Amino acid sequence: MSAENIAAFVDITDVICPITFVKVKVALEDIDAGELLAIRMNDGEPVRNVPRSLKDEGHLVAAVERRVDGTFTVLVRKGGNQ
Amino acid sequence: MAQVDYKALKKAGLMRQVQKDRFSMRLRAVGGRVSGEQLAKIKEVADRYGQGYVHLTSRQGIEIPFIRLEDIEQVTAELAAGGVLLGACGPRVRTITACQGAAICPDGLIDTAELAADLDARFGGRELPHKFKFGITGCRNNCLKAEENDLGFKGGLKPEWSGEKCNYCGLCAAVCPAAAIAVARDARTLAFDEDKCVYCGKCAHGCPAVAWSGQSGYILSFGGLFGNRIAAGEELLPIIFEKEKLFPLVEKTLAFFVRHGRPGERFRDTVERVGWDALRKELTE
Repeated sequence: MSAENIAAFVDITDVICPITFVKVKVALEDIDAGELLAIRMNDGEPVRNVPRSLKDEGHLVAAVERRVDGTFTVLVRKGGNQ
Repeated sequence: MAQVDYKALKKAGLMRQVQKDRFSMRLRAVGGRVSGEQLAKIKEVADRYGQGYVHLTSRQGIEIPFIRLEDIEQVTAELAAGGVLLGACGPRVRTITACQGAAICPDGLIDTAELAADLDARFGGRELPHKFKFGITGCRNNCLKAEENDLGFKGGLKPEWSGEKCNYCGLCAAVCPAAAIAVARDARTLAFDEDKCVYCGKCAHGCPAVAWSGQSGYILSFGGLFGNRIAAGEELLPIIFEKEKLFPLVEKTLAFFVRHGRPGERFRDTVERVGWDALRKELTE
């Protein structure tokens, strides 16, 4: 979904709020500013709230794609919204 | 003992209990907000004159059960000294309920607490053919269940999209509950079908590029019931953007009820008997 390299991937479909965002934050710790993290998340509450929290913390959602299994892949650029 | 005027007591927020000459004292609450000072006074009164507990009502109010008939005057004065007024029972505008709204909640689109206070100041306790409930909810999530009230208020947002700021990530399309948005990332195009929009504001709330913005407003629902009969309030008007425009509409609604309502008839039953078109006509005149 992106020509650019994805630095890391995290699946948060196995946890519920607020652990969803905690897992994302931990994954962001492991990559550098400007790099991309791919997040697999469920429809509903996670896709409504996790990208919003990312924005609030200064990261930039670059792409959102619905997968065939109904989950979403969200690409986020660390620190890209500051 | 002198004849007890139960109707007068009910009007003042006193609910007669099963136990002889005991009353559950309903306290005035607006939008479910109670200060620490009020809580301290309520605790004091419940300990001294009640049975040391309160009941939280289904409409965000507080009642102090087991107040003795002979203590009512004294208790009323003591509560008033702590900034606590009595609520309303009977055929009048009842407790106005509200979620925390935009002042607190990230999803909120309108200032519900402020609107609750405004409505209470203007219409609280007004005499009507039957009970009449206002409920205010900050957004389409509807935590406060606007449509179960005789008159419900719901925050909405009419979104606007700016192509210059958009990064075409597709998040708005993913979160839109009405499938009103379609984004083609590679072609860098976005299609918005405003007729499908439900004014939930999720596109604007989530947008990482601030490409979505919009104007907040109020969506009104009329004639909701959630007691003996259950019926959702009806949206009769388009979204209203100015708060000041709400108050004349409330006046017209209550005037309609006073003019057409029979004693003991709920607002919806009056509207159904007289006609929804008649109400809509009066509201839009």
